[in-house]
This record gives sequence, C-alpha cells and structure tokens, in this order.
Amino acid sequence: MTAPHPVITTRGLRVELGGGVILHGVDLTVEAGEWVAIIGPNGAGKSTLLNAVTGLVPATGVASLFGRDVRRMRHRERARVVAMVVQSPVVPPGVTVLDYVLLGRTPYIPRFGRESAADLDVVREVLVRLELRDFADRVLPTLSGGELQRVFLARALAQEARLLLLDEPTSALDIGHQQEVLDLVDTLRRDRGLTVLTTMHDLSIAGAYADRVVLLAGGRVVASGTPPEVITESMIATHYQARVRVVDTEDGPLVVPIRTP
Amino acid sequence: MRGWLATVLKPVQSDAPEREAADPARLRPARLRPVWLGVGLLAVLVAAIVGVSYGPVSLPMSAVAVELLDLLPGVDLVSGLSEREQALLVQLRLPRVVLGLLVGGLLALAGGCYQGVFRNPLADPHLLGVAAGAGLGVTAVITLRRGAGADATAALPLATPLAAFVGAITAVILTYVLASRGGGDRSPSTLILAGVAVSAFLAAAQTFLMQRDADAIREIYSWLLGRLGTAGWRDVLLVLPYAVVTVVVMLLHRRDLDVLSVGDAEAAGLGLNPQRTRYVLAAAASLGTAAAVSVSGLIGFLGIIVPHTVRLLAGAGYRTILPLSMLFGGAFLVLTDLLARTAAAPSEIPIGVVTAFLGAPFFVLVLRTSTRMRL
Repeated sequence: MTAPHPVITTRGLRVELGGGVILHGVDLTVEAGEWVAIIGPNGAGKSTLLNAVTGLVPATGVASLFGRDVRRMRHRERARVVAMVVQSPVVPPGVTVLDYVLLGRTPYIPRFGRESAADLDVVREVLVRLELRDFADRVLPTLSGGELQRVFLARALAQEARLLLLDEPTSALDIGHQQEVLDLVDTLRRDRGLTVLTTMHDLSIAGAYADRVVLLAGGRVVASGTPPEVITESMIATHYQARVRVVDTEDGPLVVPIRTP
Repeated sequence: MRGWLATVLKPVQSDAPEREAADPARLRPARLRPVWLGVGLLAVLVAAIVGVSYGPVSLPMSAVAVELLDLLPGVDLVSGLSEREQALLVQLRLPRVVLGLLVGGLLALAGGCYQGVFRNPLADPHLLGVAAGAGLGVTAVITLRRGAGADATAALPLATPLAAFVGAITAVILTYVLASRGGGDRSPSTLILAGVAVSAFLAAAQTFLMQRDADAIREIYSWLLGRLGTAGWRDVLLVLPYAVVTVVVMLLHRRDLDVLSVGDAEAAGLGLNPQRTRYVLAAAASLGTAAAVSVSGLIGFLGIIVPHTVRLLAGAGYRTILPLSMLFGGAFLVLTDLLARTAAAPSEIPIGVVTAFLGAPFFVLVLRTSTRMRL
C-alpha cells in the first residue's frame, strides 16, 4: 500500500531543548518490517530521537512517517500509525489491565464517545495474544515488572499502529524477562508486519534482536549498519569510553566488559 | 466501617461472578454501572425529601413528597399541608435544598476533576487556593458595591460570580506555576504546598479589603464561613447557568481524564492534546468552584471526601467518578446542611464548619494512603 515510502524518514532532524542542542541533524531511514535499534551512551539523544520521530517534541528538519510530514498529521491520525511505549510509563493507581489496554483504542473512539464492541474485540485479542487475559481485572500496581511491561506493550498494540516505538523496553527487567518481552516483540513484528524502532542500553541484546543498529553520540549518528558493522571494540571505546571485548557469535556480537589490565 | 462497606457491596459483588461464569469471555470495562447511577439518584432523592421535611418545624414526609409531586407540571395532588407550610416548603426549604444539591455537586465534581487534571489525589478546590481566589473576588465586589451604593448591585447582578471566576482562575494558574517552577520532585504535596501559599496570600488580601470597610465585615464573614441560601430561588438562578456549563464540559471530557492518567507523553501518543484538555478542564472546574463559592461561601473538603469515597466504592475510572461525585456531593451537602441547621437549633452552625469537621480527618486519611501507595 505504502510500499514506495519508508516507514520513517528523517533528514537533518534537529532538536533544541532548554537552550541546548540535543540532536544535530539526524538522518534516519527505517523500511517496513525492519527492527532498528538506536544505541549510544547516556545523553546521546536516543529518547529525544524517538520523541522527535513522532512529533512529540518540537524539531526542525524533515520527519515523516509513511511519507507524510509528522507535524502536519492530526494527533489522532498519528496515533493510528505509530504507537510508543515510553521508558518508564506512569502506572495509574486503581486502573485495571483491561481499562489500561482499552486506552490504546483512544484514537479510534469518537470524541466524547465510548468504546464499541469492535474496540473490545481488539483488546480481547491483544490480551489473549500477550497472555494477559487472566489479568484483565487486576489493578496495575499489583503486577510484577515483567507483567507490567507486557501490559504497556498490549496498550501500544491495541492502537493497531504499524510502527512500534519502544524506549528502553527492557531496562527494568531481569534477563529472562528481557528475552521474553523481546521475543514477543519479534514474533508480533513477523505476525503483524510491524516495523520496530527501539532504543537499547544493552549492546549484546541490541545486536541479537535488531536487523540494523544506529549508533548515536552527542546528538549525531556516528555509525549505522548491521550489528557486526557497528558494534565493534573501537566504536565502543570511542563513543562509550568503555573497555570491552566483542565476541562474534551467530546471534550477533557479544559485548563483554573487561577490567583495567 | 468495613462491615458496613461489606453489606453495601454484597449485592453487587455476588452478582458479578455469576455473570462472568455465564459468559467467561465477557470483559467488563470501567463504565458507570447502572446500579451505582441508581444508588446516586436515590441518594439525591432521599436527601432532598429529608432536607425539606426537617427543620425547626418538621413536616410529615409523605405530605412533603405529595406536595413536591404536585409542583410538577401536569400533576395535581392535595398534600394536606397548610398554606403556611406550603410557603415554608416552596419558598424557603426547597430552594435551600436545590442550592445544596447544586453547590455540593459542583464542589465534588470540581475536586474530582482537579485530581485528574493535576494527577494528584490531594487536589481540591480549597487546597489549590481556587476557593480563596474566588473568595477574594467576591469580597472585592461586596466592598466595591458598598462604596458605589446600592445601584451597582442592581446593575451588576452577575458581577459576583464573574469576579469569583476571575479570582479562581488566577489562583489556579498561580498555584500551578508556583508548583512547577518551585518543586522539581513533582510529588503530590508540592502542588498542595503551593496552593497553601497562594491561599494564604489571597486570604491576606481579602482580610485587608475587609478591614478597610468595617460595615462589610459582618456580611462578608457570614458568607465566608459557608452558608446555603438566604436569598431563596434567586441564588439558585444565579448559580444554575454556570453549573450547567461546568457539568456539560466535564462530563463530555470524562474519558479524556482517564487518558490523562497515563501521563502527558503517553496521552499525546494516544492522540489527545494533553495541555489543551488540561486547560479546558481546569477552567471548567474553576468556573464551577467560583459559582459555588459566590453563592455559598467557603465550604471546604467536599472535593476530597466525595470523589475519594466514590473511587473506593464504585471504581477508579473518571467516567464513574465524575457523575457519581456530582450526585453524592449534592446529597452529602444537603444532609450536612440539615445537620448544621438542627444540631444547635435554634441557631445555625455555619455549614463550612461542619464540612471541615468531617473533612479534615478524611484528608489525613487520604494523605496517608496516597503516601503509602505513592499515588
């Protein structure tokens, strides 16, 4: 349908916040069905890039989704093509899993209207798919970290958007739950033809799951390519000021920190 | 308390699993349950009938009910009340009860709305300084009016609620700006501390105005402590248009408040304009508060007591909280007013004193739970 257009195109994307320049002209292209991971040291501008892609922070330069200028899209229209899970979402007290996931239907519910049976069907399907059906009546603060992350993901999936932006989706999870959530994202991506853009702290995990890795440092893209091309000892030494050994495996480069000799 | 709650909740709870068992695929989103709407309407009706029946002269409740039905167009019934009793009912008690329903409904609604807008369980028209702002507005009008002579009153019947609204809006903006500039920790108490500072400042300005005009002190003071209706139907008519606007705007946006509860970034990602929604709702809540304050003075804590009780009993969604707060707030204030009228008869206790007696301990309770749950 929208095959000729990449899902995300940014050209010279520049963001200034609080007097400082966070992004200095970022060029990024993400094609349909790709999983692209943005990596980079703290303060590189990874989260800001995600926000700028969705038009949530004021930016100059080109930012388009499916070939359309994101800043000219209406809020609701945009919410139907891109769903985002922020780094640590607010957990509203007293709200059940069902009601929280139903909020994902907001862009489809008429202004001043209420959710329809079709909206409930979408939510039921998402809950079943993410094995949350039995949690539907549970209140959010009673869930564990892994369960919560699945609930956030469920809310984003209920938006039925073809582009999924995840800001550090696994930073609060232990390694088992990290794998569980990322495997789930990967399966959903294949099943539903989603495009995924994530920021990632853990370089080995980023290399294992992403098709392509973009290294951001000081608000600029300094490297972009397949995981073995970007995640190298010298790149990490230069941009993270870290001493690591990179071991190539069939699942991608494995990053092992080493102590000072 | 717990035993009482269990009895109230029993029919609702025992009914739910049955329905779920009959249809395991059934998902029940948070909507206003008809049962609760019924309970709310019943509370309003009972409070209204009790409120008009009791007082220094008690009227038989059945006759009151008949007389009220008789007021409806197209109904013609004979209640057996004497002419004097009818006048007492229709000219004195009824407007007072209707005003109580309106003011109580507005204050509770405004409280629930502020809690959603600021994502703060402690938000309340009084703690945010909104009521103090409205109070300053009204005081200014009263003193200016006295200075200008009686003609100004006749020329500007709507000046009081408008001045109250200007005061209310100014106060809420001041509180919000102060809280977001001053406190970086974004904890619920920062906003309330800012509200306390704004309240203190505005109250000082109000006292200053009051002291300059010794004759006005009595009038202002009796109004300040909170009272329901000394002016009969005139006050009801004065507050009604503002009440209608407030209620319509808020009820139309009640789902948006649920969306706002997930945070601004997420709400924007879901297609809402969080800032604009917040402005519209804060303005509506301030308008409602201003209207209530301009006719009935400072009646505190309703915005805390009622929405939190509703949340506890009927569910956390704003689609439930807002309409039910309105109904229960109205009923609650009418019954509180009854207590204020009769507890120390023949004199009346200012109603604001009664709500504060009930509300202050309740506030401490909410504060404790919200710190424990880090709401």
